Amino acid sequence: MLAAIKRPGWTRGALGALAGAAFGFGLVISLRAISGLPLYQTEQTGYPHVVVPLILAPLGFLAGFGCFDYWLRWAAGAPTIPDDHSQHGARSWKDYFRFNTDHKVIGIQYICTTFFFFFVGGLMAMLIRAELAQPGTQIVDAATYNSLFSTHAVLMIFVFVIPVFAGIANYVLPLMIGAPDMAFPRLNALSFWMLPLAGILFVGSFLAPGGAFDAGWTGYAPLSTGAPLGQSFFNLGVQFAGASSIATALNFLVTIITMRAPGMTFWRMPLLVWANLSTSLLVVAATPFIAGAQFMVLFDRLLHTNLFQFASGGDVISYQHIFWFYSHPAVYIMMLPGFGIISEVISTHARKPIFGYRLMALALIGIVVLSYSVWAHHMFVAGMFSWLRVPMMLTTLLIAVPTGIKIFSWLGTLYFGKIHTYSTSMLFALAFIVTFTIGGISGVMLGMVPIDIHVSDTYFIVAHIHFVLFGGSVFTIFAGIYHWFPKMTGRMYDEKLGRVHFWGTLIGTWGTFIPMHWIGMDGMPRRVEDYASQFGNWNLMISCFAFMLGAIQLVFLYNMIVSWRFGPKAPANPWRANSIEWQVSSPPPIFNFDEIPRVVGGPYEYGVPGARHAIMAGEGADVPAAEPSVVGSA
Amino acid sequence: MPAASMYGRLPILKMLAAIIAMTVVICAVMLSINWDGQAASTAAPKIDDLLNVMIIISSFVFSVVIVALFYALWKFKVKPGDESDGEPIHGNTRLEIAWTLIPTIIVLFGGGYSWKVLDEIEEPVKDAMTVDVFSQQYAWSFGYPGKDNVYSQGELHVPVYRQIQFKMHAQDVIHSFWVPEWRIKKDNVPGITTTAIVTPDRVGTYQLICTELCGFGHASMRATVVVEPPGQFQKWVAGLKEKVPQPLEQSVTQDTETNPPPLTAGGA
Ligand code: HEM
Ligand SMILES: [Cu+2]
Ligand SMILES: [Cu+2]
Repeated sequence: MLAAIKRPGWTRGALGALAGAAFGFGLVISLRAISGLPLYQTEQTGYPHVVVPLILAPLGFLAGFGCFDYWLRWAAGAPTIPDDHSQHGARSWKDYFRFNTDHKVIGIQYICTTFFFFFVGGLMAMLIRAELAQPGTQIVDAATYNSLFSTHAVLMIFVFVIPVFAGIANYVLPLMIGAPDMAFPRLNALSFWMLPLAGILFVGSFLAPGGAFDAGWTGYAPLSTGAPLGQSFFNLGVQFAGASSIATALNFLVTIITMRAPGMTFWRMPLLVWANLSTSLLVVAATPFIAGAQFMVLFDRLLHTNLFQFASGGDVISYQHIFWFYSHPAVYIMMLPGFGIISEVISTHARKPIFGYRLMALALIGIVVLSYSVWAHHMFVAGMFSWLRVPMMLTTLLIAVPTGIKIFSWLGTLYFGKIHTYSTSMLFALAFIVTFTIGGISGVMLGMVPIDIHVSDTYFIVAHIHFVLFGGSVFTIFAGIYHWFPKMTGRMYDEKLGRVHFWGTLIGTWGTFIPMHWIGMDGMPRRVEDYASQFGNWNLMISCFAFMLGAIQLVFLYNMIVSWRFGPKAPANPWRANSIEWQVSSPPPIFNFDEIPRVVGGPYEYGVPGARHAIMAGEGADVPAAEPSVVGSA
Repeated sequence: MPAASMYGRLPILKMLAAIIAMTVVICAVMLSINWDGQAASTAAPKIDDLLNVMIIISSFVFSVVIVALFYALWKFKVKPGDESDGEPIHGNTRLEIAWTLIPTIIVLFGGGYSWKVLDEIEEPVKDAMTVDVFSQQYAWSFGYPGKDNVYSQGELHVPVYRQIQFKMHAQDVIHSFWVPEWRIKKDNVPGITTTAIVTPDRVGTYQLICTELCGFGHASMRATVVVEPPGQFQKWVAGLKEKVPQPLEQSVTQDTETNPPPLTAGGA
């Protein structure tokens, strides 16, 4: 028992959480007692004796679990425990529940955790659609409804889409660039373990008096500053999810910049690597803004800082500026890694080099730069300084250009190729092109101020976000999961079930989200649990498609679980791809490479006679040494 | 590979014909539908026209993508058993410049057009009438500034064919003022006065809908809007007895304007 307490792990983690909670609680109560205040402050925005423990318990858990052990010893000058590699690789399923520093284990931990929250958020969507199937109030009352769509969106965004991309890249990216691991493996593990904590805070808010947070995922002040306790859970959850993403982004930046295999110049990086480089640039600079915005709301709630309280001289609209300065780049944080996945999948399955590789990479960087200058397009009707609208409209419309370049280049890649459509990943990639085009088109319309004045905050918005987030991001996520499933698990998945899942998802997304455009333009506002009866039939139809869309995801779950356990063994390179991760076994060896590969050419040289991307250990003898990296200097 | 030999092998004219045919069909269907519902303000037809122009352009873009995709899938789908690679084409500078420049021109056209529409629908006129809008969880009320400063709860009346400048004041959280038939929406923000300009041009009864999440009563935060001939409107106003209550009147005098007065040149 005593040994279990000393060793990092779940027991010590639980004790750490308890200690953190107890310390926080004690601190608040004793400070209040000393100040002669009533011990408990239970006005709805208050509850310091809950909020402070909510900050310290997760930190206590992380410390107990072992996330800081090595660093603390180092900082204290104590002898660090030499790494015996017991924290590396997974030998049984139990290793996935430990503090592990192997990027491949962490990648899988990320993916499984985030999909868990995808299904929880999906169940909430089902409840939302059940309530909306008919006008009037049937299943949940208005307050619960507000909590449901708020948590639905927050789970999907903060603990599914953003981190699942980090998970996929965690697994694949070091292999792709020929690195043995990420640059900072312990930081990587810490990033992962903050994520479930964020998810628990979000879901746990349902237990708070007054219910889960209900001000939407946008949490606009002053609705959020005056909301019940659940809102504080959101404010804190975002801190953990945000810190996790920032740390991961730093890790990716350093890994990509400094750990590429010899010969891998920037212009020889696969586009997935470019995509994660761009995404990380967005995350490190933008995410601190949402962390700040949520702290400000928390301070207004607990410390009465009045930042957003108009009656005390605060400025209501400034919340939206700070929030969207993050949350617009966030939509690209949720899309660029997917662009990277699509490039890999399409090039491999069309057996063709990416069309216009350099322009594809530059388009990503163009999106990064532009996306910092468009945030106010979410505020065209918000009552902000009205001259800000036209410049922000123009920059918004211009973002369509690099995005269009990507679409056209993927199409160009298909031409004169040999297109294989047997794999589910390629089906999702092709469908993504179409669905995302529709989402992009509605996005351009929303960028135009006069149209946005009419459709802002209506179901047109709900249609648009789901076309880009479900039809966009989630399609790319599915493409990526199917594509690298053999690499990650060493097993093949069932293509027949994959096809069922694909067609069901495609029909389900279109059926669910296409009609929403119309009812929005025709007058149905968003975020309502009841609506005018004229929209009844449309909503019933939407709900039916939504249930189908939800149910078909179970096929995916079944396919993944059963194939992981019983699927046929996967060869090293089932798709005959060029990039480095496919040149090692499936799953890869614990330390990835016995010897770091040498990169001698571009990643997509399909059909080029004699071309190689990388030379792996042991086959070096008969091939010329990597040519110097002149190509990269352009 | 030289560009000419590459395109020479594609039936460019046939593909163009397919794109145009598809654009025409989509437009024929999409333009026959009245997406935005009834129009009842001078701004509405302008916004609807903009939408229709965008529908035409979008149908074209969508058709390009669909025709390009399905032609490729039909023509370049691998034959069973073929394990070879495609042709090593890495790009084509002229094509890449084209699909950078053409979309730029299209979106800048859209931006310019939108800007023009925006200026037109927000152009103030001299004899406009001012109406104060008050929103609070979860009700709308309206003030008619003038010597009586009369007040109406839950029912907004305005004369037809006269520009109305709504001055909006939220009392608690953000709400948003939307009359779908007018195509006009504006947030009501605590602490500041926001303005929306509307010229109703169709007599009738409409609904004012709150479109900014404001709490559990958000879905039911509605009011009736009556657009009527001026004579009838005068009679209705004359019938109002109540005055705008003090706390609401206070928000009219104390809220700051969204747009500060123009920065004046000069100074030190
Ligand atoms: C089965 C699939 C899904 C269905 C049926 C669904 C349904 C809905 C509905 C009906 C709303 C609108 C609630 C309202 O405004 O009253 C909504 C909101 C939202 N959903 Fe989904 N959703 C699904 C999946 C997703 C996914 C995968 C994502 C993100 C990756 C997502 C992100 C969002 C966001 C950001 C909102 C906005 C919430 C807000 O207004 O604060 N949804 N969803
Ligand atoms: Cu945006
Ligand atoms: Cu409302």
